[in-house]
Amino acid sequence: MLLDVAALTKTFHGQEGFPPRRTSLRALDGVSFQVGHGEALGIVGESGCGKSTAARATLRLVEPDGGSVNYDGQDVLAAGPKALRTLRRHMQMVFQDPASALDPRQRVGDALAEPLRVHRIAKGADLVRRVKAVLDEVGLPAAAAERYPHEFSGGQRQRIGIARALVLEPGLVIADEPVSALDVSVQAQILKLLARLKADRRLAFVFVSHDLGVVRYFCERTAVMYLGRIIESGPTSTLFDTPKHPYTVLLRSASPVPDPAAEVARSIPEGEPPSPMNPPPGCHFHPRCPLASDVCRAEVPPLRASDAGRVLACHNVE
Amino acid sequence: MSAPDLPLPVEPEAVPAPRPGRLRALYQRATRSGALLVGLAMVSVMILCAIFAPLIAPHDPYAQSILHKLQGPGPVYWLGTDQFGRDVLSRIIYGARISLFVGFVSTALAVVIGVAIGIVSGYFGGRVDRLISGANDGLMSFPQIIMGIVIVALLGPSIHNLILAITITAIPAFVRIARGSTIAMKERDFVDACRALGFGNGRIMFRHILPNIADEITVLASLWMATAIRTEATLSFIGLGAPPPIATWGGLVRDGFDNLLDSPGLSIFPSIAILIVMIGLNLVGDGLRDATDPRAPT
Repeated sequence: MLLDVAALTKTFHGQEGFPPRRTSLRALDGVSFQVGHGEALGIVGESGCGKSTAARATLRLVEPDGGSVNYDGQDVLAAGPKALRTLRRHMQMVFQDPASALDPRQRVGDALAEPLRVHRIAKGADLVRRVKAVLDEVGLPAAAAERYPHEFSGGQRQRIGIARALVLEPGLVIADEPVSALDVSVQAQILKLLARLKADRRLAFVFVSHDLGVVRYFCERTAVMYLGRIIESGPTSTLFDTPKHPYTVLLRSASPVPDPAAEVARSIPEGEPPSPMNPPPGCHFHPRCPLASDVCRAEVPPLRASDAGRVLACHNVE
Repeated sequence: MSAPDLPLPVEPEAVPAPRPGRLRALYQRATRSGALLVGLAMVSVMILCAIFAPLIAPHDPYAQSILHKLQGPGPVYWLGTDQFGRDVLSRIIYGARISLFVGFVSTALAVVIGVAIGIVSGYFGGRVDRLISGANDGLMSFPQIIMGIVIVALLGPSIHNLILAITITAIPAFVRIARGSTIAMKERDFVDACRALGFGNGRIMFRHILPNIADEITVLASLWMATAIRTEATLSFIGLGAPPPIATWGGLVRDGFDNLLDSPGLSIFPSIAILIVMIGLNLVGDGLRDATDPRAPT
């Protein structure tokens, strides 16, 4: 295993009103997942289910409250500031909005060279060569190095963001909705690029997305999150072909299929997700679940192994 | 992966041709409003006067001549003489040196100190931020003049203490704007990207956040320089400025006050000098704001 994340928890605290009342939001409630060398794991779920927090907590961009993160046998959460900076060479991130992910006052070439300088990996001619090489790898001409981010289109900016993530030659890239902000045509280009990089460099990915089609194209395995918990995971194709958890079924049916003969999204009643500030007891999904029974309202269903490498948290489905 | 291969419908676009450089674009924006140019011209004239005072001043600003005291404007003493017969124009020109120097140095110090504190406060947040913001709000709640009076009264009037007093009164404004802008910048993903790349906090704060908030700080600095010059004039006017016989604008206004009815020019002319610099700096500030406003049409 390259990355082993276990029982990650994170609660955000806040204050509301006057006199102030403490509020808390359980963003991660015991999230575990593993990623092997060169493997892509998709994390899907609706807005606010904690998938981005899971991605950021893995890199300690958000400090998790508990659990463990192991990268290649090294404990990420226990690492001191210096060890963490070294570890970060190996785990990089690609962001959703490429306009916000690049420093507007920094030339592209400088943005790509700075990490190499900071980590004392290259300087002088070698530095220039590496910057050119990584620009070429993401499909940008060497002349791009002299430009500022605002001079590029959205897709090109995302290429720059990817180049920056690659320049330190990481083993794992955490991609938080990397194509959601792009036009559909550009999405395809960026996905192709990521797939090529994944194969060429044997890169592992944690790929966060709400778009099941994209995840299906890119990821070998997928985990489905709901209100801070992983409720089902398994190989992508079987997970989506034969979803078991009622929530996965709902997600699957809500995702459009490019086939006029396909059944149009069946709506499941009580469609609103509950507030993460005040999640329902037991299984978080029970207020929307067609199969909900008394045990669902009282007990949290544990994640247990189902068939063919699949894991499932539901009282009523085998 | 069993998913179907996605088509590649469009060729990747070409990288855009180079556009006019940043400075050129900034110049074009700045010159559209005109305020920046007029303001810069007014301030530049004053700065040149200050620098070349010995060459420009028609008389020695400290030479007393009891025979020529309290003369009105005339061909020899263009703006007249004071109660000791010193040339008012020369004293205003030399006064520009002190007034502009005090204004510039105290603003520069306040920018450096205030911005550093503000960025640290906004970047780290939490307890550090609450402490700094609380102290800052406390400082801000004192009226500037009162604050200046207290500091100079405690330490005694001298140019150094004047600069210290004005700097301390100006710091809170820069702490506040740097903190606010930093918090806004921190929401952008590039700050997280820097952390993910293993950059240190100092590098992130001063190599990445600072350049992105420099616009707002520059605008505020030009406006505050006007305030600093006014504060200097005010403190000098109430006798807490540079000790005589040093010529400063505020001091000149005050000295002229004793003979206001006989020779109103003694107070009016240095007031006009203060006015020109204040208007000039405010125009520069407004012009810079227009020039750097990202929402302004290009």
